[in-house]
Amino acid sequence: MADDRTLAEMLRAQGITRRGFLKFCATTASMMALSPAMVPKIAAALENARRPSVIWLSFQECTGCTESLTRSHSPTIEKLIFDVISLDHHHTLMAASGEAVDEALNEAMEENFGKYILIVDGSIPVGNPAYSTVSGISNLDMLKHAAEGAAAIVSVGTCAAYGGLPYASPNPTGAASVEDIIKDKPIINVPGCPPIPVVITGVLAQFLTFGKIPELDSLGRPMAFYGQNIHDRCYRRPFYERGQFAETFDDEGAKKGWCLFKLGCKGPITYNACATTKWNEGTSWPVESGHGCLGCSQPNFWDMGGFYRALSMPTVDLANKAGIGLAAGAAIGVAAGALNRGKKAKAVREHETVTVDDLEKGA
Amino acid sequence: MDCKNEAACGEVAFTGNVTPILNEIKHALNSLIETGESTTIDLRAMPMAPGEMQQIESLLGTGEVTATINAMGSSTVNESLYAGVWLVTHRNTDDEILGKFIEITRIPSILESQTEDMRGALEALPDLLAENC
Repeated sequence: MADDRTLAEMLRAQGITRRGFLKFCATTASMMALSPAMVPKIAAALENARRPSVIWLSFQECTGCTESLTRSHSPTIEKLIFDVISLDHHHTLMAASGEAVDEALNEAMEENFGKYILIVDGSIPVGNPAYSTVSGISNLDMLKHAAEGAAAIVSVGTCAAYGGLPYASPNPTGAASVEDIIKDKPIINVPGCPPIPVVITGVLAQFLTFGKIPELDSLGRPMAFYGQNIHDRCYRRPFYERGQFAETFDDEGAKKGWCLFKLGCKGPITYNACATTKWNEGTSWPVESGHGCLGCSQPNFWDMGGFYRALSMPTVDLANKAGIGLAAGAAIGVAAGALNRGKKAKAVREHETVTVDDLEKGA
Repeated sequence: MDCKNEAACGEVAFTGNVTPILNEIKHALNSLIETGESTTIDLRAMPMAPGEMQQIESLLGTGEVTATINAMGSSTVNESLYAGVWLVTHRNTDDEILGKFIEITRIPSILESQTEDMRGALEALPDLLAENC
């Protein structure tokens, strides 16, 4: 577990040459979205970096974030786990089970108190903590306990960062994000459903390289990866500018690769690195595959009115009322707009009070 | 252009980033000649439509020098048809591409022997001599 050697010493001991190390630094800089001019500085920092202990806790989640990370190729998960970080505790990946898991967690926390990185995926049920427990310990208690000795917390995935799917209306478990609960530790949000694997590893590499949390945006996300708007970086943007939109998923516009805005693409309001970093070893990304962006790195993306509704559309069907407004002129149109807003607010209120019983009655 | 997916490529689905990159290369090459300053362009940092990366590689072409490095996976270093403009591609041990860079320099630094490695070689040579001479 504890290893006082620097990263450079560990790599040399494994027969990695200096040339190989510089290659590692060049690809790490690219992964961290840093300028290639930063490579010498990264090399100097990593030369003396000591691998930090990492504790990974999974709460209300689907394991998609871990799936994403274990398919990371830059660097490989093996390199990440064994060379760069010391992953001392991970519910899903660790071979141990039962009490040995709890012991590993306590041991890692005691040995590295105040220095370890705590990674969390999944939201935390605070309405009724019994919705999600590990070894009989509620997620809430486990998070508070593990956070005490953490140097920093990385909330991986939209669930940990903003509540995600469990937080979606009507939020039956009272799901909360990490930053809703922990107020006295530096927190880095790495949202996405799941996040891009190299973004997860890139954030860890950035922390390792510079020994401090990176520059964050107003939603707590690293600017290096979330500083760019999907729409601005989208290769289909020229079609948007020309007003050329796919109207259905199988029309001529779709076949010609036109803009997916009218099919519900949330690119214009979404900040993430998909358009440049892409997925599956840089092969493609949702928009390139012909499907609009879901906005999965934004808070409340499940409640944005529907994945296939254009951002410009109201979230309820107001065709008749709006039609009257248009026919009667601009003044009435404004009134219809107000009506639309009122109806939208009512729909939102109604949606929030849906219960399981209501759903069963409607079935 | 290599495009296997009509829906993805579209009729003219270009970002328009090929020309700016070529312009950047031109300015960087001028800077290399005038001041000796090298420049590296990270191609992964640029939005690219399907086929545009291949377009850049095709336009730059392959010049006189091609080298392969085996260090934590393979890396290929190709000088383009334009002297001083190199395409460097890093792969991991599974042959997956980790990064693609255009380096405007006299010789990419990854090709140079490194001092630490040469020191290691110097320490190993006496053993070679002892075993064989």
